[in-house]
Amino acid sequence: MMTSADFSILLPEISLAVYAMLALLVGVYTGKDKLAPTLVWLTAAVFVILAGWIGLAPGGTRPAFDGLFISDAFARFAKVTILLSAASVLVMSEGYMARRDLLRFEYPVLVSLGVVGMLVMVSAGDLMTLYMGLELQSLALYVVASLRRDSVKSTEAGLKYFVLGALSSGLLLYGASLTYGFSGTTLFSGIIVAVGNDAPLGLIFGLVFIASGLAFKVSAAPFHMWTPDVYEGSPTPVTAFFATAPKVAAMALFARVVHDAFGGVVGDWQQIIALISVASMFLGAVAAIGQTNIKRLMAYSSINHMGFALMGLASGTAFGVQAMLVYMAIYVVMNIGTFAFILTMERDGKPVVDIRSLNMYSRREPLRALAMLVLMFSMAGVPPLVGFFGKFYVLSAAVQSGLGWLAILGVIASVIAAYYYLRIVFYMYFGEEGETLDTAQSPLLWTFLMASAAIMVLGVVNLFGIEGAAAAAAATLVN
Amino acid sequence: MDSLISIVTFLPLVAAIILALFLRGDDDAARANAKWLALIATTASFLLSLFLLAGFDPSAPGFQFVEERDWILGMSYRVGVDGISILFVMLTTFLMPLVILACWDVTVRVKEYMIAFLVLESLMLGVFVALDMVLFYLFFEAGLIPMFLIIGIWGGQNRIYAAFKFFLYTFLGSVLMLVAMIAMYAEAGTTCIGACGADNVALLSHAFPSLPISVLGVDVPGGMQTLLWLAFFASFAVKMPMWPVHTWLPDAHVQAPTAGSVVLAAILLKMGGYGFLRFSLPMFPVASDLLAPLVLWMSAIAIVYASLVALAQSDMKKLIAYSSVAHMGYVTAGIFSANQQGLDGAIFQMISHGFISGALFLCVGVVYDRMHTREINAYGGLVNRMPAYAMIFLLFTMANVGLPGTSGFVGEFLTLMGIFQANTWVAFVATTGVILSAAYGLWLYRRVVMGDLIKESLKSITDMSRREKWIFAPLVAMTLLLGVYPALVTDIIGPSVETLVSDYETAQADAEAATRLAQN
Repeated sequence: MMTSADFSILLPEISLAVYAMLALLVGVYTGKDKLAPTLVWLTAAVFVILAGWIGLAPGGTRPAFDGLFISDAFARFAKVTILLSAASVLVMSEGYMARRDLLRFEYPVLVSLGVVGMLVMVSAGDLMTLYMGLELQSLALYVVASLRRDSVKSTEAGLKYFVLGALSSGLLLYGASLTYGFSGTTLFSGIIVAVGNDAPLGLIFGLVFIASGLAFKVSAAPFHMWTPDVYEGSPTPVTAFFATAPKVAAMALFARVVHDAFGGVVGDWQQIIALISVASMFLGAVAAIGQTNIKRLMAYSSINHMGFALMGLASGTAFGVQAMLVYMAIYVVMNIGTFAFILTMERDGKPVVDIRSLNMYSRREPLRALAMLVLMFSMAGVPPLVGFFGKFYVLSAAVQSGLGWLAILGVIASVIAAYYYLRIVFYMYFGEEGETLDTAQSPLLWTFLMASAAIMVLGVVNLFGIEGAAAAAAATLVN
Repeated sequence: MDSLISIVTFLPLVAAIILALFLRGDDDAARANAKWLALIATTASFLLSLFLLAGFDPSAPGFQFVEERDWILGMSYRVGVDGISILFVMLTTFLMPLVILACWDVTVRVKEYMIAFLVLESLMLGVFVALDMVLFYLFFEAGLIPMFLIIGIWGGQNRIYAAFKFFLYTFLGSVLMLVAMIAMYAEAGTTCIGACGADNVALLSHAFPSLPISVLGVDVPGGMQTLLWLAFFASFAVKMPMWPVHTWLPDAHVQAPTAGSVVLAAILLKMGGYGFLRFSLPMFPVASDLLAPLVLWMSAIAIVYASLVALAQSDMKKLIAYSSVAHMGYVTAGIFSANQQGLDGAIFQMISHGFISGALFLCVGVVYDRMHTREINAYGGLVNRMPAYAMIFLLFTMANVGLPGTSGFVGEFLTLMGIFQANTWVAFVATTGVILSAAYGLWLYRRVVMGDLIKESLKSITDMSRREKWIFAPLVAMTLLLGVYPALVTDIIGPSVETLVSDYETAQADAEAATRLAQN
């Protein structure tokens, strides 16, 4: 029975959905794209307010609608991360989009709808909720990927994303129906009872299909094929968005499904995730070596990072989930900073994506180059930068649950990946003088870049206390 | 002062931050300011470290000046020094002002150069004072970043290859150590190395399991200890560097600017030896004992092989780099002979090599600054125009060879004594290295300094400036002082080394008893 208590739990998501629809109405009625900048800032403000609302809400686990939707510490952690990163990316994209005439009022509206989907995903307590959230998010993302209507590449990105995304949704649905068939329920709390400690074969099949569908969403190998093309084809701010919030949502959903629904058969999914993790780490490390397009490079970099985050998940413990959450939070901050830098890469007002154009960047813009250097070393996982601690957490989780081999393979992959991060540093600091990039103008992007780099350096003190929040979040998920 | 160590360690870093944030412009005044600030900061750090030395009680074997603060993941920021690490701290703080002086003539990106060296100093000091395993790793690895930039930005023609090789080589070695550290954390439940307070277990006193285990169907004698030992070995052997993973060193040395070479040879290489002393030997005694023959023979090969390769070099820096590899061979052999003389000798050799190899690279730097070539063939007869230089170069060549009266002799003699007790044949092979080092050292000296000055380009070469002489003065003093009065070092390390050796033997006996118990 629906009660007002249920709705009150769902209130942040409902408010955001209502806001998105109102914004759409206003946009359509005025029919003016000049409303768009205001809308972008307004949407970002709404995200931040919601993040505060959710983050400061009373603790405890509160299921709504008989467990279809769960609000707990885990969901809150993921939601705050998603909302803050989405807000940052929106704000960052405003100038870039406006100058290229891409700033339509649909953009913030679509992003809001996508974020509603993500919020629902991380709170999903049922296969139906899961699918609803996932599809809402995906549909919004398909459209923003092809936001640049007159560009072949952008359209291609959107189409590719849509077709492959539909395929993965199909896989996921098939898995969900198998799971439903063998357990007789779509509720996670019911599935975990049906699974017990020794799942029937049908449920294992269901698990494998669901995991494949989710692996597609987090762009883990071998379901990563869409990532480089979509990253390259989409407008850069959209790429930045793809690299951050949806990844957190999908990873959180992944954790929720395997622990809430299949927590009894850790051994069964542990090996699947461990293998996906190894494949992603190595593919992300090796395939990017020859890349000179920084957006494709970031795509492989994110595949590599997802491999590491999955390593935390593969350990199957509460500490593993905590490690994964810490890793994702760090990953998001690094990516926001890096994309703030990429957004300023332009020559004669046109965006440049070739990393060779960064030649001797440090001579002209020492401070920005230094910030980028910090971010690159952080991504490579070199201490004392915060990126190292992310890796330290997931490696610890893997070793503690007896996956020493996974940890060893992981660090080897991280050395390979270090090569291409170093290459960016190499161009900025030791390259030859070549054609120069325009001097970056936007103080806003500068702020994001510097803040991100500063976080990477100062986090060594105590990681800004994120550890405690992540531990609490993980504890509610894994019993 | 409760936080003297932290002040000594982070003072250069603070200076680097001040430089980065507040120094603007790239005119002569700004450059001079950068240099002076760097010089003042490193000198201040040195002077403060003298207080550390003065307050240090050499008769106590444990850690002193311990500081502790909470950190993430149940780890803590914990620093302190014992008889072994304080000398490395002193070596670092002593050399850094000289390094800064040595790059006084740099004109390219002076501010960044100074920042890189200041940051590097803090990180190197951190390695030697860290009493938490992860903190140690943090400093150990972080040092790669400034060194990568120093080689890459201010290096020679082939600097990019050298920088990448340096970084990736050492990074690969270290990440395996990271996994081993995590496994140790899982096993012992702490990351604290020593001086951990009342309730905490120290890694130094934790007995890691040494019963044989099977990995992928292969029986590993020494069990977990052997696996951990190997992972640490991968890191420290690369850093040291030991044959056959030494190949990054000649590249890095040749391409690095003079000051970079000095830091690399004099301090960074010592991190490997320090790591062996701090981790491998005391924490995995069974595995160390098991694998000591391997290390001893690898060292013997390194000594002979690197000396022979040094003979064939035509580049001065490369020659000295190979000579470093050979001298580090004595260090590793001394450490793994695991007796008082061997360990005393190894530590002494590291300190003495810090002065001597640093000075030799500076000697190369002096002529390189004038002629811009490191080819041995481009020189000859320098004694005619540069008498002071000839004198100083001679002293350090002799010290490198191991002439009695210089610190080089004491180190080699003690290590050989220690090795002789552990393995006579290795000692025999290693001793030939003394002769070979005389061969390449004296031959280099003859080709560069002696003879008639016939090369046209050298006719106008000038002798060392006053600044250059001042850089060498403290190095000369230390080399001779330690050569005639080695007790300066051995008195300080004595109690710590004694504890190390006796703990090592006790652990050996315990493990044997445990094995016998398991068999019965």
